Amino acid sequence: MSSSRYAIGIDLGTTHSALAYVDIAASDGDGIGVEVMAVPQLSAPGTVEAQPLLPSFLYLPHAEELAPGELALPWSSEGRDVVGELARSRGATTPIRLVSSAKSWLCHPGVDRRAAILPHDAPAEVARVSPLEVSTRYIEHLRRAWDQAHPEAPFAEQDLTVTIPASFDPAARELTVEAARAAGCGNLTLLEEPQAALYSWIQASGGAWRKQVRPGDILLVVDVGGGTSDFSLIAVLERDGNLELHRVAVGDHILLGGDNMDLALAHGVARKLATAGTTLDAWQMRALTYGCRSAKERLLGKGGEGRDAEPIVVPSRGSKLIKGSIRTELTRDEVAATIVEGFFPQVDAAARPLSRVRAGLAQLGLPYAQDAAVTRHLAAFLGRQRGAVAELEGFADKVASGASFIHPTAVLLNGGVFKSDALAERTLASVNGWLAADGAAPARLLAGADLDLAVARGAAYYGHVRRGQGVRIRGGTAFVYYIAVESTMPAVPGIEPPVQALCVAPFGMEEGTEAEVPELVLGLVVGEPVSFRFFASSVRRQDLVGTLLDVWGSDELQELDAISATLPPAGRRAGDVVPVRLHARVTEAGTLEIEALPLTGSERWKVEYDVRGERQETAEEA
Amino acid sequence: MNPQDLKPSDSGKPLSLLQRLSLAFGAFFGVLGDPALAARFDAVRRGPMVAPTAPPAPPPPPLKEASPDAALQLLALLQRDARLIDFVGEELDAYDDAQIGAAARVVHEGCARVLREHFSIVPVRSEAEGSRITLAAGFDAALVRLTGNVVGQAPFTGSLSHRGWRVTEVRLPKLAERHDARVLAPAEVEL
Repeated sequence: MSSSRYAIGIDLGTTHSALAYVDIAASDGDGIGVEVMAVPQLSAPGTVEAQPLLPSFLYLPHAEELAPGELALPWSSEGRDVVGELARSRGATTPIRLVSSAKSWLCHPGVDRRAAILPHDAPAEVARVSPLEVSTRYIEHLRRAWDQAHPEAPFAEQDLTVTIPASFDPAARELTVEAARAAGCGNLTLLEEPQAALYSWIQASGGAWRKQVRPGDILLVVDVGGGTSDFSLIAVLERDGNLELHRVAVGDHILLGGDNMDLALAHGVARKLATAGTTLDAWQMRALTYGCRSAKERLLGKGGEGRDAEPIVVPSRGSKLIKGSIRTELTRDEVAATIVEGFFPQVDAAARPLSRVRAGLAQLGLPYAQDAAVTRHLAAFLGRQRGAVAELEGFADKVASGASFIHPTAVLLNGGVFKSDALAERTLASVNGWLAADGAAPARLLAGADLDLAVARGAAYYGHVRRGQGVRIRGGTAFVYYIAVESTMPAVPGIEPPVQALCVAPFGMEEGTEAEVPELVLGLVVGEPVSFRFFASSVRRQDLVGTLLDVWGSDELQELDAISATLPPAGRRAGDVVPVRLHARVTEAGTLEIEALPLTGSERWKVEYDVRGERQETAEEA
Repeated sequence: MNPQDLKPSDSGKPLSLLQRLSLAFGAFFGVLGDPALAARFDAVRRGPMVAPTAPPAPPPPPLKEASPDAALQLLALLQRDARLIDFVGEELDAYDDAQIGAAARVVHEGCARVLREHFSIVPVRSEAEGSRITLAAGFDAALVRLTGNVVGQAPFTGSLSHRGWRVTEVRLPKLAERHDARVLAPAEVEL
């Protein structure tokens, strides 16, 4: 392990980023201090303010838009573009120059993530940037802020942990690492966000967590961020008298978060205003969305039970504030209908997200979740992961035979959405309703999480844990990976030859471990890229490397970006077929690397993830 | 011959015979022709020199000039987040209280945010208003203002009518070197 002084954690969120750190030298055991760095950023032209959260927005200003020197930051006198608060506020009035939700684009399988495609709906004259570049810019901003505040401890030399959704596929993980490296990160590790939230809870408890969980517990982490919802299950084991935490399952990638909820409320209120003859422009819509969020938190938060409505005022755009402001209100019924019933409906454990048949036209925007109900996604996750702990030591007798879903015993909620107590209560009540229907004891709420900054704090704490201090959540990879190989069955004319799925990386591969595929030899053509369809499964955890599947359930395997390898022609004739074996490895940073090894010789060729967004197009043609 | 010439020589060195001769002749004619110089010459001969007049009172310390930049910055923040300048600049007569109240929500919420984000403000006294408190001798008159029947000696006992406010931390944004703080809000033109 390096001799760095700080463990730095970065929460690279869809809507906000944050940086927290631990002074390693000053920390020992459970009693460690995690600090959140205030990030200097432009809050208005020529005005720099330090805030704990850096809004994940990039604004690309017109050359004439700002006076010279107005984009100066403490570390650079002249900037070209804007990251943070000013980007967000400017972008509200000029959305064609605003890049938002870059993280969702980074894992969007339908687009080329290295291509300059953002802002998505910008006119031709705006110089666009790639999702990868945008992520790089956010980390770079944090790096420069750090270097400015800590000149004695350069960012590149510290232990860095960057968080990602647990559901990120291998290609998105690798792109995140690529962005962090391009931004100047040295020792880098990825950490799943729900795990980071749990680490933060452990750290904040100051050692008391050992009394709050017990062996046999199954902890459910529900992390509803600004743009994504992420679930994980973590089992508590006891070995040699010590508590161990094992992350046993993660959920699907769901593009659905708090911002969608606030926007849904604002559109509801805007419709109400429109029927009364008042239409709002984009600037007023933003003010209304902001007002709806505050009103929602007041109605659904502590002490809001007795209120029937909260007033919202959309300020005038012009200087006549009293004359031009629009007064409206958000009623309890509207919040209950839109948020509580719309996003957290009371459903039973057998409920599954509704998916509409996709329209024939290619989707150019982000693939938002088609079903807005977080509780339905949660029910599907728990149902799918019914057997997640079946093979875990000490859990054999904990799994009820007739259970229709895995039974969590405790719930940790994370994300700004849960500042509304009513939503936290509804989520817990839903889980407990399902448990009661299955005849199981209710789950308890693990209290005391810092909803906005837990992920960054947990990531910093994890950097400390990696040095052998405190408890570490084990688990490794949360998916089994397969490539498609053509079946040897005789081909039927006019029908696509059936494919088999070959397991190349098993479930639970820890960082720094390898898995070889000895059985199957593939032929690669020298000088020509060879592409394989690539699949992942979050449930077939018993499959080992080399397992060949002929049939599988439609919800068992998900197709990911294809992977491809190109053999350099050096020392061979183009067109020759070289027999190779595949070899999977999880790097120290936490990415999955697949290599092709020839049967003879010591060369290794990296198999690349195809992030050019071609998969969706081929799927649509079919 | 000038009065300054009677000062001891700057270097403090003894004067040469020639210099003394020149001084003696100069003094002779000077004392003879100038009554004021004669009086001062007399004083030097009688003993240690005394100041001819009382030293002037030291000038009062100049009053601090507040930097307009910080004030302008605060105004810009109050306009941006609370629309304060718009609000105060509007005539109230044309509107009913409900309309004014709606705008006041914007101003109130925004002002609260500006104060919360840029200042740490704490009460000077933690006691409840209306309670009786005693001020010992040597209390800080800048922190506590005495009102009413102000007579006698400390300790003073009285009722707390206002807790007072004190800023413990100021976090104003930093400004770019060429930023013109006098522009509180730029004009907006929608293309």
